[in-house]
Amino acid sequence: MTVPGPSPAEIAPPGAPGGGLAFPRILRRSATTFGTLLVTLFGLLLATFLIARVVPIDPVLAIVGDRATQAQYEAARVALGLGRPLWEQFIAYAGDVLTGDFGRSTLTSRPVLQDVAGAFPATLELATLATLLGVLVGIPAGVVGATHQGRWPDQLIRVVGLLGYSVPVFWLGLVALLVFYGQLGWTAGPGRLDTAFELSYEFDVTPYTGSILLDSALSGAWDVFGNALSHLVLPACVLGYFSLAYIARMTRSFMLEQLGQEYVTAARVKGVSEARVVWVHALGNAAVPLITVVALSYATLLEGSVLTETIFAWPGIGLYVTNALFAGDFNAVLGGTFVVGVAFILLNFLSDLLYRIVDPRAR
Amino acid sequence: MSANAPLLAVEDLRVTFDTRRGPVEAVRGISFQVGRERVGIVGESGSGKSMTGRAVLGLVRAPGRAQARSIRFGDAELTQLSEREMRAYRGARIAMVMQDPKYSLNPVMTVGRQIAESLRVHGRRSAREIRARSISMLEEVAIRDPERVLASHPHELSGGMGQRVMIAMMLVPEPELLIADEPTSALDVTVQLDVLRILDGLVRDRGMGLLFISHDLRLVSTFCDRVLVMYRGRIVEEIAAKDLGQARHPYTRGLLACLPRIGGGDAPLATLSREPAWEAPLP
Repeated sequence: MTVPGPSPAEIAPPGAPGGGLAFPRILRRSATTFGTLLVTLFGLLLATFLIARVVPIDPVLAIVGDRATQAQYEAARVALGLGRPLWEQFIAYAGDVLTGDFGRSTLTSRPVLQDVAGAFPATLELATLATLLGVLVGIPAGVVGATHQGRWPDQLIRVVGLLGYSVPVFWLGLVALLVFYGQLGWTAGPGRLDTAFELSYEFDVTPYTGSILLDSALSGAWDVFGNALSHLVLPACVLGYFSLAYIARMTRSFMLEQLGQEYVTAARVKGVSEARVVWVHALGNAAVPLITVVALSYATLLEGSVLTETIFAWPGIGLYVTNALFAGDFNAVLGGTFVVGVAFILLNFLSDLLYRIVDPRAR
Repeated sequence: MSANAPLLAVEDLRVTFDTRRGPVEAVRGISFQVGRERVGIVGESGSGKSMTGRAVLGLVRAPGRAQARSIRFGDAELTQLSEREMRAYRGARIAMVMQDPKYSLNPVMTVGRQIAESLRVHGRRSAREIRARSISMLEEVAIRDPERVLASHPHELSGGMGQRVMIAMMLVPEPELLIADEPTSALDVTVQLDVLRILDGLVRDRGMGLLFISHDLRLVSTFCDRVLVMYRGRIVEEIAAKDLGQARHPYTRGLLACLPRIGGGDAPLATLSREPAWEAPLP
């Protein structure tokens, strides 16, 4: 029996975006995304600038102190450029930012960019390790929870996750320090390095990236690397616990949804092993919404967790911006916020890109 | 095994769902046989016809449970097999085409990978052989541009093409029995017939057994050799398709009376007035 076949045009859309053609399309879309990225950055700059100007903290007073005379106050005000109209101030500020000049911090009296370049890698290091932990433990935990729905592994994971959600981070951080640093001595204490290693960090390590872990590994200073890792482990675990709890919970619910789909049954009908059904078929689909979840959780950590950074004396961006805010140091606040904002936008862009790679329907 | 021996013989199959308000039986002790022929199972929604198909494959998921005195397939007793042994039967010897290709094909995998997987799970084969067999299988389901379809994703296919891909994916390991669970219900009326013709041709050429599950009595009667009529989890009548006009069971007759006819006037269609006695099979 001959049956008229469908015309090739039946494959929608025309131009058949097969595997080979998919990549240039991704790049083309990325170019458009890049345009919106620039607009977003401008908006971010404007918003942070305006917020800094309407906040009822007087940056002039922060510099001159409350014993200054009116004349001294006025002079400082003019020197800061605060006497000019707002729009002029913004244009001047935006122009400076374009040349990489975020002004000078009144608190540290160093250029803000230099401060941020020191603080942000510390946060980046911490957030990345915590997220890695969250992904590597949280996703498998969520998958196991979904495949053992209602049975003891699921309950166990749920209780552990619930703890991760509800225990305050300062308490968890303190207890972790007390047990693993104070009592057991398994890890190093607060800070990024022992004082004994700070000298060898100065001399042996070339600061390529600002991340002590990466730089010391690149420079081959393995003793510094080991000490830095030992310092990083506790705060990363504490932060990672939260990200793990969140990622595990979302993975479980995405997986439950996918495991109920017909294509999963179809794979089983074909004789595919249960492990492959779960880890390749279902997780491959659950990965699509998971990208957003992981990116969001990573972004939250990149803002810098002030509490964790305080407890572990971690000189990260969260601590830096908070201190600057309390001191009325607006150049530092603006610069720090802007850099975090840029990281946020870049992450968004990256997850968008990843999304298109994982989900063929989004190409 | 002789040519007339049944491929599949099911005895006293029950599918039970444990709910909060106690167990509910979706399939209540049915027995039937399928040889190298086309057997239709018809019934309305919830009559247990789909669960019957899944139970044969051992794919009733919790909270459902399938039990049977015996499910014989060829020389094997499927109820005695471990999950691992059962996997060797799934796909390779018994396959199933499901209702809607929009949901039954994995959206993030290319068609090529999904067809290849059907072959790969049942033994090692070279990439070249897998590709050749995938292409010839797609040609058999009347897909003109198999190379391009192999590289595409399910969302790039129309419904009719998707279902032909599904058929190709399920038939490429050359199973002996195919369960088709409402394989055309989700398709446009215009392509339903195409897909059915392809399915019919393949089943005939390969000498396979077909268990065709449908709610469409007329379709089943033109397409199958034998019809099992299910009502509330039981087979209430078994009849040769050509004799459907002489059906004796009141449920079957009621269903037939509900069908609209061209030129049948514009009087309202008959509806079923159910009676408890219908649940009993014919003597």
